Amino acid sequence: MSLVLPAPDISRALTRISHEILERNAGSKAITLLGIPTRGAHLAKRIAEIISKIENLPIQVGTLDITLHRDDLRLRPPRALMPTMIPSLGVEGRNVILVDDVLFSGRTIRAALDALGEIGRPKSVQLAILVDRGHRELPIRADYVGKNIPTSISQSVIVHLTELDGVDEVLIEGSSE
Amino acid sequence: MKHLLSINDLSKSDAISILDTAQELARVSDGPMKKLPTLRGRTIVNLFAEDSTRTRISFEAAAKRLSADVINFSAKGSSISKGESLKDTAQTLQAMGADAVIIRHGASGAAQRLADSQWMSGSVINAGDGTHEHPSQALLDAFTIRKHLSKGGSDLSGLRVAIVGDVLHSRVARSNVLLLSMLGAQVVLVAPPTLLPVGVESWPCEISYDLDDVISTVDAVMMLRIQLERMNELFFPNAREYSRYFGLNSDRIRTLKQSAIVMHPGPMNRGLEITADAADGARSVIVEQVANGVSIRMAILYLLLAGSQEIGAAL
Repeated sequence: MSLVLPAPDISRALTRISHEILERNAGSKAITLLGIPTRGAHLAKRIAEIISKIENLPIQVGTLDITLHRDDLRLRPPRALMPTMIPSLGVEGRNVILVDDVLFSGRTIRAALDALGEIGRPKSVQLAILVDRGHRELPIRADYVGKNIPTSISQSVIVHLTELDGVDEVLIEGSSE
Repeated sequence: MKHLLSINDLSKSDAISILDTAQELARVSDGPMKKLPTLRGRTIVNLFAEDSTRTRISFEAAAKRLSADVINFSAKGSSISKGESLKDTAQTLQAMGADAVIIRHGASGAAQRLADSQWMSGSVINAGDGTHEHPSQALLDAFTIRKHLSKGGSDLSGLRVAIVGDVLHSRVARSNVLLLSMLGAQVVLVAPPTLLPVGVESWPCEISYDLDDVISTVDAVMMLRIQLERMNELFFPNAREYSRYFGLNSDRIRTLKQSAIVMHPGPMNRGLEITADAADGARSVIVEQVANGVSIRMAILYLLLAGSQEIGAAL
């Protein structure tokens, strides 16, 4: 197991993503951050805190559970549902930024787009990701990337966050062969 | 888990996971889009050999909100009324590719028979069998109680629930006693001795013959329907006497705790076990129970049908 992103790097990446989000959306007024549980939800909250500090404004932040929209439901035992919490202004006409920890096949994000469509029609949807490990199976890309980490398909990327695991780190398990 | 036949099939954590799932799914029922793609392509058969309004409709609504195809099938108007056996009916459903059968039947154990036989391969969900069990009703009752009375807790510990009336003929009462006590609530059955089943002493609950004694001590009072269609002997002298001793009226409502709720699984005999002003009063959550029924049944269908059976289930 090798450490690819230590705590200070994660913190710097999130700060940079926060600035990029503000730059791209010309401020924070029209943005809504939605984290995909579980780790994406914590990352969304952290990005919201950073943006809120820069802008001195409260940020619309919530969570979006995608379980019911997954295309691999039948391949696995039933999963527990996670909370969905849409912030007060909803998603209608907003610039929604989906936040997740790892971008891999892209299937989670496809499910998230479907789940979002049930709630309303955002003005735009953007994607912020801590780690992009490649191996996409769908035509989906991230707008904001913490770090691109080329991996082999047999490896696993493990994200630990202080809120859940007591430590901030990204690890890679398995050999690159 | 493949079937839902009895509360005894569930562990405490299974029951809580059904309640938690229902809580998330309730959000869908509240939202503008009441439809999820989760069970697309699955076929669910509602096999109702006994009359029902709420259970059948709410299972149908639940299945449709999850995009399953629903086939409704009731005794009247089908070959069951010509005397076709359960076995032949089940094999017919199997041939049509039913992924799940929701069965209500007058015979206790009918759902178990269907699940244990090799007649069909799908899931079996018990929607009430004779005087035995009605697990989805108990789950929606527990969900309603938890929503109103459990302050953020996942179970029902510290709560006291009275179940009043025709316990003898009630599958709802049996399932509720098992489930509510498993979730940590204290259950007290209140009924005339003639309307309590043999062996009730061994149930995990208290027993009382005096409603006025109990009513001020409970957090929820669940009135049971007097099941006139199952009464083939005399269980109480007359309806007026029953309703005076065991009916819920506005005088008794006034002696309830401030926070207490009034429940009834429906259909109600207004004026017999519950008066109209008790049924429609501010304490009553009877209509809400129906709405919660849809969420609970969506949770049951999701947990039984959405995942792969081969790999084994989280439930």
